[in-house]
Amino acid sequence: MLSISNLQASIEDKQILRGLDLQVKPGEVHAIMGPNGSGKSTLASVLAGRPEYEVTDGEVIFNGKNLLEMSPEDRAREGVFLAFQYPIEIPGVSNINFLKTALTEIRTYKGLPPLSAKEFLKLVKEKQQLVEFDAKLTNRSLNEGFSGGEKKRNEIFQLAMLEPTLAILDETDSGLDIDALRIVANGVNQLRSSKNAFVMITHYQRLLEYIVPDFVHVLYNGKIVRSGTKELALELEEKGYDWLKESLDTQNAI
Amino acid sequence: MSSEKQLLEELTTEEYKYGFTTDIEMDIAPKGLTEDTIRFISAKKNEPEWLLEWRLKAYRYFITMPMPTWQNFKHPDVDFQDMSYYAAPKEKPKYDSLDEVDPELLDTFKKLGIPLDEQKILSGVVAVDAVFDSVSVKTTFQKKLKDQGVIFSSFGEAVQHHPELVKKYLGTVVPSTDNIYAALNAAVFSDGSFVYIPKGVRCPMELSTYFRINAENTGQFERTLIIADDRSYVSYLEGCTAPMRDENQMHAAVVELIAMEDAEIKYSTVQNWYPGDKDGKGGIFNFVTKRGICKGDRSKISWTQVETGSAITWKYPGVILKGDSSIGEFYSVALTRNHQVADTGTKMMHIGKNTRSRIISKGISAGVSHNSYRGLVKISKGADGARNYTQCDSMLIGDKCGAHTFPYIESKNESAMLEHEATTSKIGEDQVFYLNQRGIDSEQAVGLIVNGYAKEVLNQLPMEFAVEAQKLLAISLEGSVG
Repeated sequence: MLSISNLQASIEDKQILRGLDLQVKPGEVHAIMGPNGSGKSTLASVLAGRPEYEVTDGEVIFNGKNLLEMSPEDRAREGVFLAFQYPIEIPGVSNINFLKTALTEIRTYKGLPPLSAKEFLKLVKEKQQLVEFDAKLTNRSLNEGFSGGEKKRNEIFQLAMLEPTLAILDETDSGLDIDALRIVANGVNQLRSSKNAFVMITHYQRLLEYIVPDFVHVLYNGKIVRSGTKELALELEEKGYDWLKESLDTQNAI
Repeated sequence: MSSEKQLLEELTTEEYKYGFTTDIEMDIAPKGLTEDTIRFISAKKNEPEWLLEWRLKAYRYFITMPMPTWQNFKHPDVDFQDMSYYAAPKEKPKYDSLDEVDPELLDTFKKLGIPLDEQKILSGVVAVDAVFDSVSVKTTFQKKLKDQGVIFSSFGEAVQHHPELVKKYLGTVVPSTDNIYAALNAAVFSDGSFVYIPKGVRCPMELSTYFRINAENTGQFERTLIIADDRSYVSYLEGCTAPMRDENQMHAAVVELIAMEDAEIKYSTVQNWYPGDKDGKGGIFNFVTKRGICKGDRSKISWTQVETGSAITWKYPGVILKGDSSIGEFYSVALTRNHQVADTGTKMMHIGKNTRSRIISKGISAGVSHNSYRGLVKISKGADGARNYTQCDSMLIGDKCGAHTFPYIESKNESAMLEHEATTSKIGEDQVFYLNQRGIDSEQAVGLIVNGYAKEVLNQLPMEFAVEAQKLLAISLEGSVG
């Protein structure tokens, strides 16, 4: 579904991604870990199409199409969803109105008719229950006055509503207490299917106990340097990133 | 839903969809302004002597007044002699049945989406007074309103049928000497709306007037007078559009509102006069004097305006809070783009005791436009316990436009409580990107954000018009993003 080859990207003339490779197939859950500054959030931003980042080399193919050539809204309509690390507030724009607009755009792009008000509200209710999202929050303005945890959960609720094929979760677990973490993880697990894929970007192994990944990759200095299964995450947790850096330096020295 | 699709369609069609002209036989006075012009207008309208005298007095004052220089924009070179002061459809101006109306006229209002056929009005009953150029074409539901004692007619009709009411109140809120455009209006006003709500009556329907300028080289000078007697209530809305022309046209209206004891008047405006093209050519000069007086104790007047059109918008709807415990409110969204200019705000004069005023002004500037808020809160010596809350927000789209704020506070009473808040914001790129990432393109994103920003004001509009106003804001922003 997603094929990233030799991705190189910079921001304000600073090179962050230095040749990243990644393959994601439908039904898979990947975790990307790495120390601060390794380029994790840059990867998420570049995939979503943030204009501040410049792609200097490499390619990204999503469902057979060149993702890097598409506008951010087209990437979303193709089925790419980014759960932001810091979801933004938009006062005055209601959650419901925003979701309806987004859903209509995506459906129209796919050649589907927009949902009737009745169908839409039914979907809202269904998804709210699925991800245990408080109905009261749905009627408020987009993220306005939401706590950090509520914002993250709103991201997952939107994910449930928009049903993307590729969901990138950018440090969704940061700022969540144990209960919120459990609920978010539960929501994601409910949404997993053979038709979609998840890429979770995270610092800590904790999330991966709830959302068990098929693959774990370590991002360091703008490249994926190690890939493995969930055991790799446990090893990192135990030994820390320094262990990895040391073994890499040793490797490079040889 | 389909309204979103509609929005997309409208965004990709012509900029100002009301820009068409109507081909109809018109009675147009020759250009120029002299005492004879005044007599001509008054005679055409078959006015009583006292009204002609009132006009002439205003005219004689007008010619002595200098042009104002304090505004935050360059006053256009206006040649008062270079326009016509009277234009009316040739057929008689009032019709008993729609069959008598020129079909072209009916078509015009149909194109504007304004229902003149009473049977066609299905949801939310709204009575309409349709004013084409200077003349009221049709007022709907007059009979039904009459049953409740409500008078809703054109100004001209009111002069004929209720002269005593007109004479009593005309000019009591905006005297001819108030400013140069008020003086001009008093001299040459053509038509407008007249409303009288009797004691204790809550007007059973929204009243509205649609103003449509059509004839070239004419000025539009309406006069509206609304009187709400003790314990009455009325909600009134005016909408305005004009054709696209290369030359500027002037619109200098006067609106006077009078609220007696325990009465309430809600006055809403959705203004979409032709704003000029993207190079600033053409467009309406909208110089309007609007004022209400809360005459009786516990009375309330609220102004809500959504201004998106005109080359220059220059108005300060205000409230004189004479009655004790009276309330004045002003809610405004003024959008300027391309080369448009807005210098608008409000005046709240606290005179009685325990009076309250509330001002929420939201300016949105885009292109190379300039948007100024000018507000006056005046607390006189005897106004014990006066309270005011002012919030003026500016939103800038792009980095070539301007937003300016000129708040004036004059307080002569120590017990007054005044609160003022102001914010300036730029549409956040992060906000737009967030919406992009959910599949919403930038233009629609800005539309959503602006509507969210203006929501507090839009919520004040009568329901029927809130949706139109939202669409209007979004459409008016077309091409302003990026």
